[in-house]
Amino acid sequence: MKVTVTIDRRPEIADPEGTTVERALHDLGFTETSSVRMDRVIHMDVDGADPDAVRARVEDMCRQLLANPVLEDFAVEVEG
Amino acid sequence: MKTAVVVFPGVNCEHDVVHAIEALGGEAELVWHRDTDLAGFDGAILPGGFAHGDALRTGAIARFSPAMKEVARLAATGAPVLGICNGWQVLCESGLIPGAHIANRDLEFICRFVEVEVVDTDSILTRRTEVGQRLRIPLNSYEGNWVDPSGEGRVVARYVDDPNGSQDQAAAVSNAAGNVVGIMPHPERATDELLGSTDGEVLLESFLHSLVPA
Repeated sequence: MKVTVTIDRRPEIADPEGTTVERALHDLGFTETSSVRMDRVIHMDVDGADPDAVRARVEDMCRQLLANPVLEDFAVEVEG
Repeated sequence: MKTAVVVFPGVNCEHDVVHAIEALGGEAELVWHRDTDLAGFDGAILPGGFAHGDALRTGAIARFSPAMKEVARLAATGAPVLGICNGWQVLCESGLIPGAHIANRDLEFICRFVEVEVVDTDSILTRRTEVGQRLRIPLNSYEGNWVDPSGEGRVVARYVDDPNGSQDQAAAVSNAAGNVVGIMPHPERATDELLGSTDGEVLLESFLHSLVPA
């Protein structure tokens, strides 16, 4: 199954890269932009027939490795 | 008494650490990250570098190396465990020190001497220093910006200026017990007049004096 994991840094944690990109956008005249965040998307294929079971496994991967619980939240999307 | 210097693939300061420890009269030995037994070692140092190429997050992969189980065991016995630069990042990912590291505030790879001030001497890194003592040590990192939403990390040394945005200007942070410490600047690179400073010696001496026979 195709799985997409989105790892978001929590809003209260600084994102220096996002801030720098936002500044560059403003310099280019895109001054309507704000709250630019450089989040991470991970794509993977996962063997399995039951989407719920696959989701549970991937959420376990997030808790153990893919996301840092100090900084980040995660969301898992499973394409059946 | 012997210190294990744990080598993950991509680490690059291990020989400097061994050299510095030996120059101070200590005994240190390189240990491959796949090693599963640190019996016979009385403490551990995780040196700086780029473990596993910093893939995913700094320290995120290294945390699962077999040797880290042994490092955690040593830490649980109260033995001194020190993480320098990338080593501190590994200790945070492992949960042995509170918090995590993000990119420096100005997205700058900082490679210069910085001044740090000791604020807490109750740790294996600072026990032979004095509160208020200032040390000149090289900083060499991109992700030295420590954040700790839990507020549980115990800052033992602060930057005198604020080079990277680190919370509380933390340059070195300890666990509650004081036996597991991470420091972002490199004390091992300030152990000889030829290197421009010997201020790192007192920190590594503190570590060596914290060793007790296992």
